[in-house]
Amino acid sequence: MIIANEITKTFGKLKALNKVSLTLSKGETISLIGSNASGKTTFIKCLLGMVIPDTGTISFNNQNILNTWQYRSSIGYMPQIAHYPDNMNIGQIFDMLHDLRKQSATDADTELITSFGLNRFMNKSMRTLSGGTRQKVSAAIAFLFHPQVLILDEPTAGLDPLSSELLKEKIRKEKEQGKLILITSHILSDLDDLVTQVIYLQEGEIIFHKNISQLRSETNEEKLSRVIAAIMKNNNSQND
Amino acid sequence: MIKLVKYVIIDILRSKVIFAYTLFLLATSLSIFSLEDNPAKGLLSMLNIILIIVPLVSLIFSTIYMYNASEFIHLLVSQPLKRTQILIGLYAGICISLLIAFTVGAAVPVLLLEGSATAYIMSFAGLALTSVFVSLAILSSVITRDKAKGIGMALLMWLYFSLLYDGLLLLLMFQFSDYPLEKPMLVFCALNPVDLARVLILLKMDISALMGYTGAIFNQFFGTNAGIISAASIMLLWIILPLLIAVKKFNKKDL
Repeated sequence: MIIANEITKTFGKLKALNKVSLTLSKGETISLIGSNASGKTTFIKCLLGMVIPDTGTISFNNQNILNTWQYRSSIGYMPQIAHYPDNMNIGQIFDMLHDLRKQSATDADTELITSFGLNRFMNKSMRTLSGGTRQKVSAAIAFLFHPQVLILDEPTAGLDPLSSELLKEKIRKEKEQGKLILITSHILSDLDDLVTQVIYLQEGEIIFHKNISQLRSETNEEKLSRVIAAIMKNNNSQND
Repeated sequence: MIKLVKYVIIDILRSKVIFAYTLFLLATSLSIFSLEDNPAKGLLSMLNIILIIVPLVSLIFSTIYMYNASEFIHLLVSQPLKRTQILIGLYAGICISLLIAFTVGAAVPVLLLEGSATAYIMSFAGLALTSVFVSLAILSSVITRDKAKGIGMALLMWLYFSLLYDGLLLLLMFQFSDYPLEKPMLVFCALNPVDLARVLILLKMDISALMGYTGAIFNQFFGTNAGIISAASIMLLWIILPLLIAVKKFNKKDL
């Protein structure tokens, strides 16, 4: 569904992405892991056209995304940190997005809005919201338009355990509908039971991109966090 | 795009800053005209407000708004929208809000209390300057990623157009006082929107006689319809050009 071909992006001297080639196919739930500044967010932003790669191409459903914008109607994106216009309330933000997308509010996916209990806050202005509530709004927005692809950047950071569980439940449902879901997260245990593939990025390069079952059999570990730890240990011992 | 403009306007019109700005303009224009029994003098005081305060507020307010909206811009960019539309929508939203503030605070009182041709020109000059400086502010916020730098750049622009430019022009005039400078002055004037607005208003005030031979040349040029049209189109260029550069930069910008 999404094919990235040799993407390179440099910010000044820093190589954020170095010849990254990936094929992300439909129905997979992919976890993008890597230490801080390993290029996870840059890669996501490349997919969304927010960052334009120096070299390389990205295609979405066999169409090059460079200088196009229509493809973004089938992507739901939840950013790491979100800010919205201070003087608008939550209801207006949702209305605005419906307006901008030219999609009516009746066939929107409002499941997260109800399960997060955002309905009570519809008249609250964005300025007065806590970080967690803002995060809930971002999550609700990402799922709002039944996108084929979901890109979630650190979705559970800042959410309380209950909401994070609700979000996970929602992600599971979407997964069952055969959508492509891309998640970045530091908290590995969060994703254990959801993920089908793992991409491990380090300093802008892909260390591996494998199925979770394959990884489990290679390392003889059940838990994702253990799997990753085992691989990192192996890598380090090879380097020594 | 029109929808985006609508929401930006809703957002800005609720902010306290824009309310304070409107109130300030309203208070000054009302007090100036009620204290001064000679309306021409009142207009002259209004002239200074329009030439100094309006560009300053337009620049600073728009730059700060653009930086505060950076995450909101990220959200918009991740939606199926063209980047060009996003930036022009933001420009139009900010600009229209400030134009509303200026109209309510300054243009309407001036036109009601002193409905002369000068008052009309002054209102148009204020509206034009607002649009020009919002456009410049958008440019500076697109070029620099750092908020402090961007606001600094906006302040520098204001300083340059309101003070430095005139100083440099004066220096030039003294250096080349042996040559006929009237026609070049006309060109130099057009290169600064604030000067252009000032000349247009002063010429309407019948004090152009005080400006000597240059004033006569100005009057001869800007007094005609062709002059007014060319002045208006130069103003329009001052709005469009910075915005065009900003759109070009924004389309290639990494967010």
